[in-house]
Amino acid sequence: MSNSTRSVWGWLTTYVFARDHKIIGLQFLFSTMLWFLVGGMLAMAIRWQLAWPWQNMPIVGPMLFSGEGGQISPEFYTSLVTQHATVMIFFVIIPILTAAFGNYLIPLMIGAEDMAFPTLNMMSYWMMWPAFLLIGFSFFVPPYGAGAGWTSYPPLSVLVESSPGSGLAQTLWLGGVACVGVASMMGSVNYLTTIIQMRAPGMTFLRMPMTVWGLFITAILQAFALPVLTAGAVMQLTDRLLGTGFYLPELASANNSPAVSGGGQPLLWQHLFWFYSHPAVYIMILPAMGMVSDIIATFSRKPLFGYKPMVLATCTIAGLGFVVWGHHMYTSGMSPVLGITFAAATVAIAIPSAVKVFNWLGTMWGGKIQFSSPMLFAIGFVSMFIIGGLSGILMASTPVDVVIHDTYYIVAHFHYVLVGAATMGIFAGTYFWFPKMFGRQMSEFWGKAHFALTFIFINGTFFPMHLLGAGNMPRRYADPYHFELFADMLPLNRFITICALATMASQAIFMLNFLGSIFFGKRVGRNPWNSNTLEWSAPSPPGHGNYDFQPIVHRGPYEYGNPNHPRDFHPQTEPGPEDLTSPLQEVSHES
Amino acid sequence: MSLPGISLLADTPASFWFPPKASTFAEETDALYMIILWISIIFFVGIVVAMVVFVAKFRRRPGYQGDSRALHNNALEITWTVIPTIIVCFIFARGVEGYMDMMTPPPNTLDINVTASKWNWAFQYPNGAVSDQLHVPIDQPVRLRMRSEDVLHAFYVPAFRAKTDVVPGRVNILWFEPILEGSYDLFCAEYCGDQHSEMIKRQGVVVHKLEEYEAWVANAAKPPVNPVAHGFWLYKRHGCIACHSVTDGKRIVGPPFGKTYGKTFKNTKGQTVTFDEQYIQESVLNPQAQMREGYQTASQMPSFLGKLSNEEIVAITSFLQSLQKDEFIAAFEDGDLSDGEKSSLGIEDQPEDAAEAEPASSDQQ
Repeated sequence: MSNSTRSVWGWLTTYVFARDHKIIGLQFLFSTMLWFLVGGMLAMAIRWQLAWPWQNMPIVGPMLFSGEGGQISPEFYTSLVTQHATVMIFFVIIPILTAAFGNYLIPLMIGAEDMAFPTLNMMSYWMMWPAFLLIGFSFFVPPYGAGAGWTSYPPLSVLVESSPGSGLAQTLWLGGVACVGVASMMGSVNYLTTIIQMRAPGMTFLRMPMTVWGLFITAILQAFALPVLTAGAVMQLTDRLLGTGFYLPELASANNSPAVSGGGQPLLWQHLFWFYSHPAVYIMILPAMGMVSDIIATFSRKPLFGYKPMVLATCTIAGLGFVVWGHHMYTSGMSPVLGITFAAATVAIAIPSAVKVFNWLGTMWGGKIQFSSPMLFAIGFVSMFIIGGLSGILMASTPVDVVIHDTYYIVAHFHYVLVGAATMGIFAGTYFWFPKMFGRQMSEFWGKAHFALTFIFINGTFFPMHLLGAGNMPRRYADPYHFELFADMLPLNRFITICALATMASQAIFMLNFLGSIFFGKRVGRNPWNSNTLEWSAPSPPGHGNYDFQPIVHRGPYEYGNPNHPRDFHPQTEPGPEDLTSPLQEVSHES
Repeated sequence: MSLPGISLLADTPASFWFPPKASTFAEETDALYMIILWISIIFFVGIVVAMVVFVAKFRRRPGYQGDSRALHNNALEITWTVIPTIIVCFIFARGVEGYMDMMTPPPNTLDINVTASKWNWAFQYPNGAVSDQLHVPIDQPVRLRMRSEDVLHAFYVPAFRAKTDVVPGRVNILWFEPILEGSYDLFCAEYCGDQHSEMIKRQGVVVHKLEEYEAWVANAAKPPVNPVAHGFWLYKRHGCIACHSVTDGKRIVGPPFGKTYGKTFKNTKGQTVTFDEQYIQESVLNPQAQMREGYQTASQMPSFLGKLSNEEIVAITSFLQSLQKDEFIAAFEDGDLSDGEKSSLGIEDQPEDAAEAEPASSDQQ
């Protein structure tokens, strides 16, 4: 091998087919941020249609669908809602939390050199690319994306004839989802092994920061729930391509298609789908909850209130999360005995969620709160998570859910959880760990501006949706307004769209701040936030192998504000007098 | 107020809250909704106020030391676990009560068969009458046996607080007892394809007094003899009305029928086709053979081969032909044909004894 080929090879294995968890984490971060932009644009197109139905989209309309004069068609609208959800869930929120932050932070925060299986880790990233390509390509297959909804309910998703969006695009969509399933599976096995086997000396389970706990429990959820969806998606593919009959009943037919022999059940898919996709809600929120817990403790300069109940609450949410999927199916005609069981488990989830909120408040009590950008986003997370959590109780109560199921009430609820909470958590984490990733800090001024605008406009976008839902406006209606019943809702929908456009525009501040700070941000040392957790003892950014010393963990992660200690923080790696009469003994002497 | 949102809100009264309580479920469901809503508001306000106070009171500032001893408080933590537990147990118990009520129809129900298809509802009554509107008597428990012809749909009447999916391959049951006379909207709540938002029926459910219901259902079972009125009756019975308007130029899903008869248009292959007897027959039996230009993606119409007799296709043809005239369009536009409209258009059926003596004239075409 000549020198130049060797250097190309070296570059490829370092930065492209990298096995270093930090590079893989950044690869996931940049990929998911690009998809965030795509998913956001899709949302804007949906909002355009709901505010100015069947009107030509200015500027982008003629470029994207010139054939129809820049106008959204009914079948394209169905593709839009499907693709927006698919991109945001499978390509943005899940991978950014579990794969971008998970990869970057787990080894650093537990004091490991790398993941347990670096090659598997690399493959987990590169398995995302078939998914990116398949679903990306499906945007160009008429009617420009799969149109069976992100829930992909059969028969719509299986009978090719049943709608314009059920053709080739749907096959590509299923292939993409199966690849995402395999990729996440590889990731979660890796996280579990790494956390169980590779913790630094002294890093007991009960000295792990909440971020690691969140990612650990999430990895368990993914490892056990995701194979079900992956298998289910493959079964849908064989129904479509090989003529199997898992999901189609006898003589199923649509639009004069020849009846199929069937023998399956459309409800089977709903069970398999929600068996994964309800835990997926916790996959999208638990890591963010963990990150927010660490951020609130750091910037309150106080130990996390009730660390052990917090860990227990995380485990309880995950455990219950496995047995609540049926609350998506109260109206499907399932047995009421089953319905009641699901309802009981669902209302029970409110308890650990409430405990978490109270603990965050308890952490702030008596603290010395610093309003940094990460802290602002963390406070935003808590306030909006409360709205999303409380509106969830209405859905847990079966008779009320029967009324609001499939209306905008549901849309309001899950956007509060996924945008109001999870996305705010992602922003909080990005501002917080950016100095570790790039050795520079993002602009605090623009971070705060980004927070203020995002917080206002997210609420302006999603809060009024509760009103639409209480007025029974159904989801996934391309044009409700030509019915007198909904005609009154047009002005409110316009207001929502204006707020949504403003939310999107506010993200330009974030993008510029993020990209600009990589090159021009203020240089910082190892521990710019005076934080205790392990990763802040490593260089910023850490080199290969992470630590330039052998980290040994002496205490729990939250020893802030100890009055008997000269500084208001006490990093986990710092050896120190173990006999300080500390009010934190309970935390520090855990083993 | 200068905020755009506030002024927009002011223009939108009505409809942002619950519809009328038209079934026995409504009282309990709304009460439960309000209970949970108030619990949520109390918790939300309490937590947010606490958070704002904490953020202000415990902010870092010169000379302020903070108090890092508050780490753990068993009494407090038990309280804030136990109180929500009691509340959710209460919410759960109330929910089970309402849910079991929704899931257990009483024994004396009026049973009506429902067939959902893209994008239409067909209701079949015990006497054989079929309509695209659901007519029910007041204070009578009604049980719907719902089937789907193609994909998932969901029967949703907000005024009844009732919703159940219609799943292919299954017969799903929904029951309710209407307690308020009037017409209510019916929509499909489960995503069913590109024209899902068209599967909504303004005043799709009509609650009558018992005697009115009986008169209606007896009449609905008898087809009119006059071919135009018969064609209109079939147009509603078979759900053509869901996708084709009688108004000139008003597109729902498929092409409108008003002023169409005798006109020519291009089909998707670019050929010129005349909308005549032959074309109508072909379109009813094999809808995709000659799709009209501009309706390619919309054309998901089912074939009526074996569902309509020749006589019925002739009646439909007469009906479509009558739509060349404005007075017929005006009479059919509201989806209903009153006796007065029938006689002014000259398409009423003769009383049975008179019909024997003098057959109805058919010059109205």
